[in-house]
Amino acid sequence: MPAQPDGNGLADLQHRFAHAVLQAPLEVPDGIRHDVRPTRERRFGVYRNNVKASLAAALAARFPVVERLVGEEFFTAMALVFIEQHPPRSPVLAEYGAAFASFLEEFDPAADLPYLPDIARLEWSRYVAFHSADASAADIGRLAELPPEALGSVRLGLHPAMAVIASPWPIVSVWSTNTHDATPEAPAADWTGETALVTRPHLDVLVQRLPPGADLLVAELAQGIALGAAADAASRAHDGFDLATALATLFGAGAITTLSQGSSS
Amino acid sequence: MTADRLLRAGAGLKPEHQRHILEARPDVGWFEVHAENYMGAGGPPHHFLERVRALYPLSVHGVGLSIGSANGMAPGHLGRLKSVVDRYQPFIVSEHLAWSTHEGTFLNDLLPLPYTEATLSLVARHVDEAQTVLGSRILIENPSTYLRFDGEEMPETDFLRALARRSGCGLLLDVNNVVVSAANHGFDPRAYLDCFPHEHVGEIHLAGHAVLESDGDALYVDTHDRTISTEVWSLFRDVIARRGVSPTLIEWDSDVPAWLDLEAEVHQAQSILQTAGGLDARAA
Repeated sequence: MPAQPDGNGLADLQHRFAHAVLQAPLEVPDGIRHDVRPTRERRFGVYRNNVKASLAAALAARFPVVERLVGEEFFTAMALVFIEQHPPRSPVLAEYGAAFASFLEEFDPAADLPYLPDIARLEWSRYVAFHSADASAADIGRLAELPPEALGSVRLGLHPAMAVIASPWPIVSVWSTNTHDATPEAPAADWTGETALVTRPHLDVLVQRLPPGADLLVAELAQGIALGAAADAASRAHDGFDLATALATLFGAGAITTLSQGSSS
Repeated sequence: MTADRLLRAGAGLKPEHQRHILEARPDVGWFEVHAENYMGAGGPPHHFLERVRALYPLSVHGVGLSIGSANGMAPGHLGRLKSVVDRYQPFIVSEHLAWSTHEGTFLNDLLPLPYTEATLSLVARHVDEAQTVLGSRILIENPSTYLRFDGEEMPETDFLRALARRSGCGLLLDVNNVVVSAANHGFDPRAYLDCFPHEHVGEIHLAGHAVLESDGDALYVDTHDRTISTEVWSLFRDVIARRGVSPTLIEWDSDVPAWLDLEAEVHQAQSILQTAGGLDARAA
């Protein structure tokens, strides 16, 4: 872009303005008229509040279970720290919040809820699935139509909205009771890890538990590995892996879009 | 699509109302969407908008281009806006006299600009670039502002007139923004409207605002979260009576009401347009 005649004044002003909008203490930047009531602190405060309150509201809408788990007041305070450290990088606000889960891992005041980051990952995956590309899910009947000798070499294409979140915490149970129940259920006695499968076969975003080892199968399939080799890898890594259950879950949730034969990889 | 239909009142399209609109097909002239809500790859937003678009004319209102940024408009954003415009073929495309992106950081608000010759050159260049890429004229909206800057060189109305002349853009007259800015800066909204370059107006916005009182001073805030004030209705009536009709939008973006409450405001605007323009809304 060519240099602007006399453009530096505006660039400097916007630099000061942007910094003062985001930083925690209220400090009105130079260059704003101050000869009129209300005070310029109140006037500038409207912009600060618009920016921060709208971003905090966007995060609350994206992470409702995280908000319910920590409470509204705590969530807002936490969101303001996140906004200051990670302001949006795009005017497409739907892209804002990808870094929230990893931010929560380092956020000490929430350290007594160690499953919070994985709940945030689950909620973020749901949000991404809502906006992701459309694709038609394949029916599991397509597998049954294949001759048995062709099953091992078939490659399964994954739906663009699909996501898998493996966690040492029962994130699907925690998410579900805090989404659907007026009073969240107490955590089960066997507080064991769960793997969440997020899909959007049509308009609605679905969340369910993936059976043990199925996340390893998905990871292999995502790399273009054929079904036979992918299932072998999942079985080797996880004793309880059951291919039939895993496939029923994945097809049933609309996670698979294509079946193809070939030795491309 | 008749010309009459486009001189009717419309409503901002909210996800809360989409299913009802598709089922009931209410008698409103058109809908407007914020472009940035339709920049994802797929999913329910596009699913519903395609169906609404098949039934009604559409206006695309951008809120993130940042045409007033000294360091350039939001990177890559004009291309995204073009994709939305190409896909949905709106009858109006509009943006704001404001900035929101600085050095890659997006501040989610429409921030104010000092009205100087230097700002005018910058904004005119950006509007020209946007119109070239989009392949059509855009409308630029007068902002609601809460502060003014040292060293400004012209009133907002002169700035907008010069911008329209230099860039060939049209203007979107937001009557609520006039009332909000007038209250915040102590000028008469009627005097502002007397100076406004109405010959460039291609659309009018109406919305509700909040009044925040503190220490005996009031600040008006452009909240879009309630019914339109009687002052805004009165100024709108004057503008329409004296300057003629323009497609008019009711904006209601937070604390979104039941559809019938929003539709009532659209019909109120419609009756004002009809009285002045002698249009028969049912004929469209």
